[in-house]
Amino acid sequence: MNTSLSWIKAYVPDLDVTAQEYTDAMTLSGSKVEGFEELDADLDKIVVGQITKIERHPDADKLVVCQVNVGSGEDIQIVTGAPNVKEGQKVPVVLDGGRVAGGHDGKKTPGGVKIKKGKLRGVPSNGMMCSIEELGSTREMYPESPENGIYIFEDDVKVGESAIKALGLDDVVFEYEITSNRVDCFGVLGLAREAAATFGKAFVPPVVTETGNNEDVNDYIKVTVKDTELCPRYCARVVKNIKIAPSPKWMQRRLASQGIRPINNIVDITNYVMEEYGQPMHAYDLDTIVGKEIIVRRADKGEKFVTLDGQERTMDDSVLMICDGEKAVGIAGIMGGENSMITEHVQTMLFEAACFDGTNIRLSSKKVGLRTDASGKFEKGLDPNNALEAINRACQLIEELGAGDVVGGVVDVYGKVKEGRRIPFDAQKVNALLGTEISKEDMIGYFKKIDLGYDDERDEVIVPSWRQDLECLADMAEEVARFYGYDNIPTSLPSGEATTGKLSFKLRVEAVARDTAEFCGFSQGMSYSFESPKVFDKLLIPQDSDLRKTVVISNPLGEDFSIMRTISLNGMLTSLSTNYNRRNKDVRLYELGNIYLPKQIPVTELPEERMQFTLGMYGEGDFYTMKGVVEEFFDKAGLHGKETYDPKAGKPFLHPGRQANVIYDGRVVGYLGEIHPQVADNYSIKERVYVAVIDMPEVVELASFDRKYQGIARFPAVSRDISMVMPKEILAGEVEKVFDAKGGQYLESYALFDIYEGAQIKAGFKSLAYSLTFRAKDKTLEEADYAPAMDKILKSLEAMGIELRK
Amino acid sequence: MKEKLEQIKANAMREIQNSDGLAKLNDVRVAFLGKKGELTAVLKSMKDVLPEERPMVGQLVNETRESIEKLIEETKTKLEAAERDLRLKQEVIDVTLPAKKNKVGHRHPNTIALEEVENIFIGMGYEVVEGPEVEYDYYNFEALNIPANHPAKDEQDTFYINDEIVLRTQTSPVQVREMEKGKLPIRMIAPGRVFRSDEVDATHSPSFHQIEGLVVDKNITFADLKGTLAEFAKELFGEDTKVKFRPHHFPFTEPSAEVDVTCFKCGGKGCRFCKGSGWIEILGCGMVHPRVLKMSGIDPDEYTGFAFGVGLERIALLKYEIDDMRLLYENDDRFLKQF
Repeated sequence: MNTSLSWIKAYVPDLDVTAQEYTDAMTLSGSKVEGFEELDADLDKIVVGQITKIERHPDADKLVVCQVNVGSGEDIQIVTGAPNVKEGQKVPVVLDGGRVAGGHDGKKTPGGVKIKKGKLRGVPSNGMMCSIEELGSTREMYPESPENGIYIFEDDVKVGESAIKALGLDDVVFEYEITSNRVDCFGVLGLAREAAATFGKAFVPPVVTETGNNEDVNDYIKVTVKDTELCPRYCARVVKNIKIAPSPKWMQRRLASQGIRPINNIVDITNYVMEEYGQPMHAYDLDTIVGKEIIVRRADKGEKFVTLDGQERTMDDSVLMICDGEKAVGIAGIMGGENSMITEHVQTMLFEAACFDGTNIRLSSKKVGLRTDASGKFEKGLDPNNALEAINRACQLIEELGAGDVVGGVVDVYGKVKEGRRIPFDAQKVNALLGTEISKEDMIGYFKKIDLGYDDERDEVIVPSWRQDLECLADMAEEVARFYGYDNIPTSLPSGEATTGKLSFKLRVEAVARDTAEFCGFSQGMSYSFESPKVFDKLLIPQDSDLRKTVVISNPLGEDFSIMRTISLNGMLTSLSTNYNRRNKDVRLYELGNIYLPKQIPVTELPEERMQFTLGMYGEGDFYTMKGVVEEFFDKAGLHGKETYDPKAGKPFLHPGRQANVIYDGRVVGYLGEIHPQVADNYSIKERVYVAVIDMPEVVELASFDRKYQGIARFPAVSRDISMVMPKEILAGEVEKVFDAKGGQYLESYALFDIYEGAQIKAGFKSLAYSLTFRAKDKTLEEADYAPAMDKILKSLEAMGIELRK
Repeated sequence: MKEKLEQIKANAMREIQNSDGLAKLNDVRVAFLGKKGELTAVLKSMKDVLPEERPMVGQLVNETRESIEKLIEETKTKLEAAERDLRLKQEVIDVTLPAKKNKVGHRHPNTIALEEVENIFIGMGYEVVEGPEVEYDYYNFEALNIPANHPAKDEQDTFYINDEIVLRTQTSPVQVREMEKGKLPIRMIAPGRVFRSDEVDATHSPSFHQIEGLVVDKNITFADLKGTLAEFAKELFGEDTKVKFRPHHFPFTEPSAEVDVTCFKCGGKGCRFCKGSGWIEILGCGMVHPRVLKMSGIDPDEYTGFAFGVGLERIALLKYEIDDMRLLYENDDRFLKQF
């Protein structure tokens, strides 16, 4: 929504503010001004001059030498190349030292172009005559401007006066961000009312007078509304003997300041009233209306209709149509038809000001694929009480402008009249909500400023129908607050019962995951929750896998963002791939993000959201590096027991010989491994990639932040080394299980210190060497204390086919 | 005898003083005081001394020994210091050589910003809670006073799973879920991922984060809201930060406001960063709409509350001067390493 300052001033005559003051004050009272443009910001020293004499330039065929009376006594000499100047014409003249906005090609120069006197082909020139483009505007907005050349004034301007003023360029255009609840502020009158209240000035709306001759409109047109839900009100008036002509300059200027191109008096009046009242109107050529009747009905399914832009459009049965006795003549609230549009030859015209259901217009406009100024206003849900006033205002302008003869009377089909509302008022409660001590009188004063009534007897605020947004006392509190000034409301902190600030346990465990990952050199990434269903193929996930059962977005941004992820790896691999392709070396990333597992297909309840702690890396490090990070995290999260690893994880996207489920306390809490070379290839990563995915809900259940001091060992430890040769298939984990099972009460720890496969060992075998540490809390161990345990361990190992080396 | 001792002493003193190293000094010590040393030899020859002279000679020997030992000790200390000085001189390193860095990972700027916000509110007694990202239409819209057919529910903005389930477009539904629990008073913030149907560009992303705040208690006022957010802005952007509340409209709060803070780049004078206004918009807020309280089972006549919503990316982009939102989701190591 835009308005010019001059248009606002038309209804708030006492308003005297700078553009910045207006911007600040209106924004603070709730009508947010996003920005403003001072039309004359780059214009300076431009006056109306009259050309008194034109002579040929002695040295240039295309230039002429003009003597121009600029009201300063003596004529000044200006050389111009403009083709359209004639003696006696009044033109805008920028004097020596003045500024124009840009060139006549319409290109603006920030800050403007300074004009100095000089010589053109040897002849002195003391200023410049301007085209409308040089004045920073366009022929669209000033249709009387010549296509090429200097702007020519009509004779009613005075020589020597400001040309900027004469053109209405001494104005400011404000751009507002109006919130959807303030339907009334999508019209200049609504904003003028706010401006008047904001600056404490009188609001003087136009006085709409009675119009029309002694004929009866009902003799010209009959209106039937078949769907009163979608069309609560339809007002129609008739104008005959139409004389199409340009509208007056003041109207053109106001429309131009809103960015609306002046066309002719009828179209301009329609647009003018739409801007002024926020009520869209439409004009039909009455001679094209068959049967002299208007029927408002829903379209037939698949009905075709050609709008006045010449486009054929297809309707469905929820779209409301304006029809005559035999055909549709317009899409209600969106656009009229080509078949009934006003042309230069129009004789008699039907004016329509109606109220349509906002939601229906919004949906229809989308279905039809056409959004217009009118539909943009209607879809906000207009006040039906505004329609009659607006149509009468339009007819008043018709008469004032001499654009035609208005027929007496209005056809007004208005079912259930929309009434204003009464809201019980309680000043004390308003103060309690705001934390203020504003007197009741002041509050009522604020209401009166914006035309809200107050019923003293019943202590009720009377809200007119155009303030549909005011429904309850909280709404009234906002009205009080914005005119009292949000800035003037004091600041305090909530009193009352103290509460404990904290993170949930889950979030604390996640924080540990972040800390651990970062200590281990992993940086945090974030990827989207939705991805492409093609991801499953990229990850070699079988067709019948449960992972392919996803939550599907019905209106995605595209297939690539159409399903909610059921596995976190695609985001990680995509990020690693991005890094790899940008030649970043040794990249380690982690992510904490949800996967979304549907509870049923089709989805009827919320999916299960499981937080996944995903780590990925390429470059330095290997499987065991990743394993170390996982174990570090578990330890920090209070999972002090021993993880075990099951190589039969069955993950198709991982290297078949380098993958494992991570098992803790008998539960699978995640997996890790090297990415299958085929998958790495699918992501264009030509290095080994290692990943780990930890299912956080499992970890959160097992995690604990309880810590107990275990004492520091005071007695010396004894360590014994075991060196073994065994078939390759025996896993280190199986050996360690033996230590755990047979180590007895004194086995404190064990550590692998050598692993060897190769020439020294027979084929198919490997050698492992462990160091076992025994210790007692209360004494120095004797050989007899730990020898039995060692014996048991060795025997068990031998039983497994493991050969011991001394 | 006496002369002999004097002679030994003089020799010892000379040799000690001539020692130019600890090893040499030790040689001297052995030569005079060792088992086969000169002075030890004198002691051994005591039996040849007349018994009546023995005490006197003994004393002389001891005196000589003591003075030699003393000098050796002093010289040793000196030599040790000299040797240490020499070693320190030799051990000078080039401290400007590159550091051996520990490879530590980096936190995402979103998370850094979030943690700052969380810490501020935890300090004020707020609990950090979460809610589902795939959410019922009821919680995302209806319970927040956004009825069916409200333009805010427009398909243009919302990703739908079906008629009842959406990807939440805001963190506000967590407010409702928290209020429905019926445990009062409430002081909570709810950070999380939200989704809107925006094409990806420098300032838009279909997936981003918000932090919702909610306080519900008896006697909560708009003044409390102002005070709380002013405090928050100061903590986050600096002690000199000022806040401006502008009336606005949100369906679930009334009165509602948008909040600007003084531009932390120019301090409010106006610069390119704040487009000359001196202010930067950071959040939306308001008093919880009585209808929202009621729908969540809270009596609006007894309780009032305020709520606010902050865009996390907005804070991160502003605070860390990141000029393109896409960087936040590319996870380029060279970007992440800067945080």
